[in-house]
Amino acid sequence: MAATTMPGAAAPTLHLVERAPEPLTESHVLRALDSVIDPELDEPITDLGFVRSVTLTGAGVEVHLRLPTSFCAPNFAYLMASDTKDVLAALPNVGVVTVELDDHHDSDIINRGLAADAGYQGTFLHEAESSLDELRATFQRKAHTAAMERALTAFLRTRPELAEEAIAAVVLGDLPNDSAKAALMRRRDTIGLSTVDFATVLVDDRGSPCPAASAALALRRARSTRISIDGNAHFCRGLLATRYPGSEADQLPRAQENFFPLSSLIRTHKRKIA
Amino acid sequence: MYQKDGESYFIVDAHVALWDARPENQRNIHGKQFIDCFYDYHANLSPASEKWPYEEYLYQGGERFIKDVFTDGYVDHAIFQPAHLGEFYKTGFGQTEEAFALTQANSGRLTYNHNFDPRNGEAGLDQLRADAERFNLKGVKLYTAEWHGDSRGYKLNDPWTYRYFELCRELGIRNIHVHKGPTIRPLDRDAFDVADVDHAATDFTDLNFIVEHVGLPRLEDFCWIATQEPNVHGGLAVAMPFMHTRPRYFAQIMGELLYWIGEDRIQFSSDYAIWTPRWLVEAFVDFQIPEDMTEYAPITIEQKRKILGLNAAKMYDIPVPVELQLPNANERATGPRQPERADLETV
Repeated sequence: MAATTMPGAAAPTLHLVERAPEPLTESHVLRALDSVIDPELDEPITDLGFVRSVTLTGAGVEVHLRLPTSFCAPNFAYLMASDTKDVLAALPNVGVVTVELDDHHDSDIINRGLAADAGYQGTFLHEAESSLDELRATFQRKAHTAAMERALTAFLRTRPELAEEAIAAVVLGDLPNDSAKAALMRRRDTIGLSTVDFATVLVDDRGSPCPAASAALALRRARSTRISIDGNAHFCRGLLATRYPGSEADQLPRAQENFFPLSSLIRTHKRKIA
Repeated sequence: MYQKDGESYFIVDAHVALWDARPENQRNIHGKQFIDCFYDYHANLSPASEKWPYEEYLYQGGERFIKDVFTDGYVDHAIFQPAHLGEFYKTGFGQTEEAFALTQANSGRLTYNHNFDPRNGEAGLDQLRADAERFNLKGVKLYTAEWHGDSRGYKLNDPWTYRYFELCRELGIRNIHVHKGPTIRPLDRDAFDVADVDHAATDFTDLNFIVEHVGLPRLEDFCWIATQEPNVHGGLAVAMPFMHTRPRYFAQIMGELLYWIGEDRIQFSSDYAIWTPRWLVEAFVDFQIPEDMTEYAPITIEQKRKILGLNAAKMYDIPVPVELQLPNANERATGPRQPERADLETV
């Protein structure tokens, strides 16, 4: 504290000055939890209203989570709850961290595992084979596919002259610097795909470009992934609000997706002939 | 039979249940959690006029069933798809004796499908033989997330499941209704993944695999395997009521299904008693893809007639009056269907 009030401290040296820890607030905790993502819905648990309560106990912090049904998949439930604990434990001077999942069919199992820091295998015992890494990776790939479809669809809307073959050739540098591109870049980074300007946008999970001849089909398939994830996100929001009346006030609306018919975006061979 | 604007629709409700989730039948807290979860589905997706009080939702009984499904619901034929859930309910969730008695009393209007659990091993195979004879089984309903001792799920391509499929083939049980749930063993992977359906459908091409909820919450995975496997079908249970709450989402589901698997392999169901058929049938006949979604062709009356009843009737050899029958679409067996219908290639 003395250091921060030392007279004459020059601005450029501020980063060297030791500061007393700021007291933890509920807002700090929630902002930290913004980084915990529901893997299936590809959204922060804070936007979904899954954080039921944050209590500063004096000795630390206690967070309760809630989900849309008691039969939400236990592996995803565990991932979100253990990520929550990890994020909170990483806060400076946080003290004792308690995370509990409420009203789930596996609440007892998961909460016991969290309290003991037992890890996935220690929590689910004979039901766990190795880890949830592949599960997480599967949904990171789906999240990328959906982000790719959103970014390409938005781009195609602004480029009505684009021919079908050209979809396969669109590179990141062609995309406008908007939120759709930013979301795509983050998801590419997550799954280890290049984010350089000349990287192809329409790629499979390993980053391999799609042949021009099947580009429209690949985009169509990516669209079904996006529709599925968006639909689940809407359903889960609704179910949470039904299960916990008032919880809708804790939900941020999912980013509005406008419907752009592919047909109005893609120039096919037939269309060019016509 | 439902009639509207001079058109007649033969209705087959391909997924109904007669359940007992009353507290006295709940074995533990999970019995309450399970029916509460169903009730929230019902409450969240039903129009206000169709929402039931919680007490009514726990148990309906045969009389109420007949009224809701046949008297009020326009249904010509309904197919029981019972979930056992023996770890949650004392006499199980689906009421076998009650439903079978109702089927016998309403011959020609009801089909009783039963279930099996491959984790019952040899004894379960013997039971399946007995059940097939007693119930005259044409189909079974499999819930892969069923809890069973210390196991909370199985896959369709497990070796023991294949033993049961081989027996199904021998016993003339041709229709395998698959319902994915949240648990599986091990928990490492996605329990809703339908990749195991792909394996089973490839290895048992003479069996039909009807994926309930059209694979939701994995619609995209379902579409991708179903477009490649001619014996994989989609049941619309749970998807139907989105017509009311999220019509644009429902339009996209239907658009994707018609594109990837075509009009001959989609089956209507109310998932009674999660929802009742009357409002779903009425709403589906009135439903149309919004005009601005030009990527998807409008749904034709013929497609609606097939989905509402003719497809399931064909699978179950349910007699349909000649004037209501329709031929199969002249579509390819695999790959995207009738792409020329979508203006993607016609504009």
